[in-house]
This record gives sequence, C-alpha cells and structure tokens, in this order.
Amino acid sequence: MASAPTTVDHVRPPGRTWEFIKRLRRGDEVAHLITLLAAASIIVVTVMLVYQLYTNSTLPRHKFGFSFFLGKTWDPVSGEFGALPFIFGTVVSSALALLVAVPLGVGAAIFLSELAPPRISNVTTFVIELLAAVPSVIYGLLGIFILVPVLRKGVMPFLKTTLGFLPFFQGPIYGVSMLAGGLVLAVMIVPFIISVSREVLMAVPVEQREAALAMGATKWESTWQVVVPFARVGIMASVFLALARALGETMAVTMVIGNDPRISASLFAPGYTIAAVIANEFTEATGDLYLEALIELGLVLFLLTILINGLARLVIIATTQKGAAQG
Amino acid sequence: MVKTTEESRSTARAPATTPAWPSDLKMRATGLDFYYGGRQALYSIGLQILTGRITALIGPSGCGKTTFLRILNRMYETVPHARPEGEVFLDGEDIFSLDVVGLRRRVGMVFQKPNPFPKSIFDNIAYGLRVNGMDRHSTLAEAVERSLRRAALWEEVKDQLHKSAYALSGGQQQRLCIARALAVEPEALLLDEPCSALDPIATAKIEELLFNLKDLCTMVIVTHNMQQAARVADYTGFFLMGRLIEFNKTAVIFKTPARKETEDYITGRFG
Repeated sequence: MASAPTTVDHVRPPGRTWEFIKRLRRGDEVAHLITLLAAASIIVVTVMLVYQLYTNSTLPRHKFGFSFFLGKTWDPVSGEFGALPFIFGTVVSSALALLVAVPLGVGAAIFLSELAPPRISNVTTFVIELLAAVPSVIYGLLGIFILVPVLRKGVMPFLKTTLGFLPFFQGPIYGVSMLAGGLVLAVMIVPFIISVSREVLMAVPVEQREAALAMGATKWESTWQVVVPFARVGIMASVFLALARALGETMAVTMVIGNDPRISASLFAPGYTIAAVIANEFTEATGDLYLEALIELGLVLFLLTILINGLARLVIIATTQKGAAQG
Repeated sequence: MVKTTEESRSTARAPATTPAWPSDLKMRATGLDFYYGGRQALYSIGLQILTGRITALIGPSGCGKTTFLRILNRMYETVPHARPEGEVFLDGEDIFSLDVVGLRRRVGMVFQKPNPFPKSIFDNIAYGLRVNGMDRHSTLAEAVERSLRRAALWEEVKDQLHKSAYALSGGQQQRLCIARALAVEPEALLLDEPCSALDPIATAKIEELLFNLKDLCTMVIVTHNMQQAARVADYTGFFLMGRLIEFNKTAVIFKTPARKETEDYITGRFG
C-alpha cells in the first residue's frame, strides 16, 4: 500500500502466487473475506439454532403434530401439551405494549427532534438510552413492588367501575395480570422507539421542513404532515425492533404476568408467555416429552418472530409503494 | 390556524393603501443587520424590491446574499440564535410584526435543491392549498392545473399527476417546486439559486418561466451565475462580505458599475 504500484501492475492478470499476495496486501480481498465471514457466521448460527430446536423436539412434534399450535391445555402431569395459551400471552402482551409504547415513544421522539432545544434533547436522549441498558430483572422488581400494587389498588378497580362493561376489564383483580405484563414491556421498549425514531426524524432533510414552512404551514403542520411521513419507514423500523424485543422478553414479564396458561379476554386475568414458560419450567421438566415440548415452544417463538417480522416487511413495502418511492 | 392566516392577511392588506408607500414598491429593507449568534453576517443593508420586477442578488459564496433572502420571509428563524436588526417592509408593513405563517403565505420560496415531498405530483401542489384551507377536490384540481400551467409543467405531467414526484427529472422537479410555491398565489417569490443543481437546458427553461411569471408576482433571485442575473433580472444587487456594495438596474451593474469591487467581480477577477 505504501509503495504505490504502477498502473502496469493493475493491468497484468494475477497469475502467480506472488501477485496474489501482493494484491492481498492491498486490503480489498482481506476486507472482503473478513466481512463475508462475519456475515456468514450470523447465518450459520441462525441455521444451527433452528436445526437444534427442530431435531430436539421430535417427540412432541410426532405426538401432537399441528395440533400442538392449537392445543389449549398445558398439563405436564398427564402429558398433554398445547402451545396456544403461550402464543396468546406472547402476542397479546406484546400488542398491549406496542399500543402504549408507540404513541408515547413517537410523541417523545417528535418533541426531542423537532421542538426541544438541542441541548435538552441531547441530555434527555442520553438518559433515555440509559434506560435501555437497565437489566430486565430490575424492571421486573419495579413491576412487582410498584406497578402491581398500584394496578391492584387504584387503576384496576377504577377501570372496572368505569369501563367494566367491556370484556377487557372484567373478572377478579389479582394485580399480576396481562395488563401488568404489557405495561412493564411498554416501559422497556419505549427507549428503543424514542432513540431510533429521533435519529430518523433528525435525518429528514431540512429542505423538506422549509418547503412546507415556505408555503405558510405552521411548525406543527410541517412536522406532522411532512417530517413524520418522510420518516415513516424509519419509525416503523423502530417499532418492529421494539416488538422483537417485547416478543422475546422473559424475566420482567414472568415476574408480573401471573404465569397461568389461560386464554381470557380480560386484561385483569393472569397470562403466560412462551419465553416465560421456557425459563420457568425448563429446569424442572421431568421426562423427555415435557422437555422437548418446551424446546418446541422455542421453535414456535422463533416462527412467530419470523412471521411478525415478515408481516412488518410487507407493511413497509406496501405503504412505501402507495405513498411514493423514498428518495 | 387557517383562520389566523386569513385574519392576518386581511389586516395585513389594510395599511397597504397608505399614501406613504409607493404602489410600485413591494418590499424595502433599511439599515438591516443580521447576526448568527455573535457573528455578524449582514451590515446595514438597504434595498428596494419593485413590484412585478425580478431582482437578482449576486456575489461570492458566503457574502450574505442567501442570508438576506431568508430574512425576507423570515426563514432564518429555523436557525437557532439567528437575529436580525433593522427594518424590512412588505407593502408598507413591518414583516417582523406580521404573523410569520401569513408572511410566508404571501412571500413564497424556491430552494437551491429541488425538494418535492415524497408524495404524488398532485399532492405536492395541493399541500400548500390544503394547509391554507382549500379542500374541495374540484377546486383543488383546478388550482393544481393552473399552477402547473404557470410553471410550464402541465403538458409534461398531465397524464401522471398521481405518480411520485421523485419520478420526475431534476429540472421538472424544480419546476414542480415553483408550481407548488405559486399554488398559494404569493405576492412575492424568493428563489435561492434555483438552477444550481440543473443542466443548461433545464436552466434555460426555468429562466424562461421566471420571465413569464413577472406579471404574476415579484421575484427575488439569488444566483452565483452572473450570466443568469444578466439574462433574467431587471435589477441586480452585488453583495460582498455582508455588505451591499452596489444596487442598480441590471444593465448598469454589468455595463458601467460604479464600484471597483463590482467591476472586479463581474469581470471574473475574483470570486
């Protein structure tokens, strides 16, 4: 690299080993190889993961077949395993989390990128990003000692008396519940949404804002009708990143969700998620069928994640084409 | 919001008839200084912009011509710590005491880089109209066609109004941006180096367009292309290091400049 080779060297076809080494020293090939290996290793790990989950769940796959996905009973004693309550719990708690976290996170991101003074925005963002680094067990403890009592004594009775006619807010109040799980997840994923959405919003070209302002749009009209739609794809990406985190979250959820494999319309009822049941029951699983059913649940979670991410991709593609090509 | 705009517009019109303000004058700046934080960017600018004329602002990079332009519709306000001192009038009214949304509605702007929204051609132009309260589709469609015709783009895009604006060429995109600015029928249009990203043919089209728009609105164009100023402008101002060195009819500036700096610049001795 230091002694710049003449152009004649470039033109000559690399025939000899010496020539090859000389080219290697230029770095292109090395960089190509190393980055290729890095990318390939990710694929290899993923493939190996799926292979292990698949081969180690042969027993329940053969015994239950497709009905494993639809079975509502999870009874290790009688050897009956159905995944539906866990799929339900995982999807509903994550959906609940998104329902709370998306408006909150996108709203905060808009404030931080568009309205707050730069210094306040940077400090606040730093603090918010710290939140993302708090271990999930801490969120779980906060959930048990603060959120659950508040829900049990204040929020849930209030919801029951005011909105009790809705099926979501009925039934006995324990505190630990699907609602608690969803709320703890919401708090955990909000930093991701804020942090990524803010970056995306700040990357919107200043010319876009000024184009709107120059036509007599107010600050808010320019933000909501021009800046946010321009950043839409990136904001969605932040939401899906957060969703992936919510789907796989284990510790904090299992501490507040109640760990009861049932399917209930009420958010006051306890639930159970896939990640939580694997963590809780794996060490105590007696018998190959029980153990392998848990492994198959892992496979189900993997498939669920792929399915949801695939749908997310489709949503992005569909909405992008409908609006206009991103510039 | 729309109401406020209209209110400020109607109140804005009233003093325009005061006899002190000549009818052929659109805007006037007097003793205008400008600061970015602690750094002074403009020194005591005084300039008159005549109604229905094209005024060009020329000068080397960093001379303050774009800064001056962005004061005229208060677009400098998007930059933190930017601060003007002095007076700018639009039809006899102090622009700094006007409602900024109403002011920008009256004084439109076209930017250096074509900046269409990632929407369809139709929606790009309809945006400003919708923001200003027009939402009936038939009136919108008429206004969109009228604006596109004025910007000499209608014949090229009339069959693809619902295609993305990004599918257009750079020159077409810039004419779309001009059409978008014209849609809200501004009294004055500010153009910030509108051709710097375009090839000569697209540039020629824009220049022809500006010439034809003179009856419709007053224009101020910032350009670092002196031939362009000579071709399109009625009046030209030469800026250097934050000062307005010379301002006169374009022919005078280019043929018999009064100041040595102006002559050096237009003959290409620096800048």
